[in-house]
Amino acid sequence: MLTCKEVSKLVSQSLDRRLSLVEWVGLRLHFVLCEGCRHFREQMAFIHRACQRYPD
Amino acid sequence: MNNQTKPDHISAGALDEYRPYLLRYALLQLRDNALAEDAVQETLLAALESRSKFSGKSSAKTWLTGILKHKIIDLFRKQAKETTQVSIEMALESGAGDFDALFHPDGHWNTLPQSWADPLKNLENKKFWEIFEICAKLMPANTARAFMMREFLGLSTEEICKDMQISATNCWVMLYRARMSLRLCLQHNWFGGNFEGK
Repeated sequence: MLTCKEVSKLVSQSLDRRLSLVEWVGLRLHFVLCEGCRHFREQMAFIHRACQRYPD
Repeated sequence: MNNQTKPDHISAGALDEYRPYLLRYALLQLRDNALAEDAVQETLLAALESRSKFSGKSSAKTWLTGILKHKIIDLFRKQAKETTQVSIEMALESGAGDFDALFHPDGHWNTLPQSWADPLKNLENKKFWEIFEICAKLMPANTARAFMMREFLGLSTEEICKDMQISATNCWVMLYRARMSLRLCLQHNWFGGNFEGK
C-alpha cells in the first residue's frame, strides 16, 4: 500500500510522465480509502489548470 | 478571413496596447524587470516585422503570447547554460524545499488536505491571480524555472532535463517541489484564509 507521501509524488509525476500500471492501480486503491489524497489530486489538477489559464 | 483580425488592422499602436499584459506574463517567469522588458520589446518588434504572417486564426493576444513564450524559452536556455550544475544538484541533495515536514514519519499527512471548494471560480478573480503570482515568485529560482518551462511554456520533461542538464528523476523532484510550494502557499494565503471579498 502506498503512503500519502508516495501518493503525493506520483500525483505530481502523473502530470509529467505516463505512470506504470502498478503505480496507477496503487493510486486508485489509495484514493478509494484516503479523502486527503483525493483532495490533493484535485488541488494539483487545479494548479495545472490555473497555469494554462494565466493570466486571463 | 475574419475581418476583425486582418493583418493590416494591427497597427504598431494596437500591438503596443498588449505591452502591460505581456510584461506581466514575462515578469512572472523571468523575475527580472530588465530581462522581462527586453523580452517584451523583442516580442513586439518581431510581431511588427511579421504582421503579414499573422493569420487571424487566433487572437492577437494569443499570437503575441506565443512569440513571447519563444523568447522566454531562449532566455531560460541561456540561463541554464550559465547556471553551474553543481548548484542545482546541491539544492536537490540538501533537500532545500523538502516537504517531509508535511508528513508523519510513517508517510501519512500531518494535516489532511482539505477540499478547495469550487476552485475554478477563482480563475475569474483578479485578487486570486495576485496571490497566485506572489506564491509563484516564492519558489527557488531553479525550481521555478523548471516549473515555468513545464506548466507555462509547455515543454516536455525530456526537453527540460536536456536544457537544465539534469536527470529525469531530478526534474520530477523539482516539479514536485514547485507544485507543493505553490499548493501550500495558496492554501495558506487564499483557500485557507478568510477572504471577505472573495
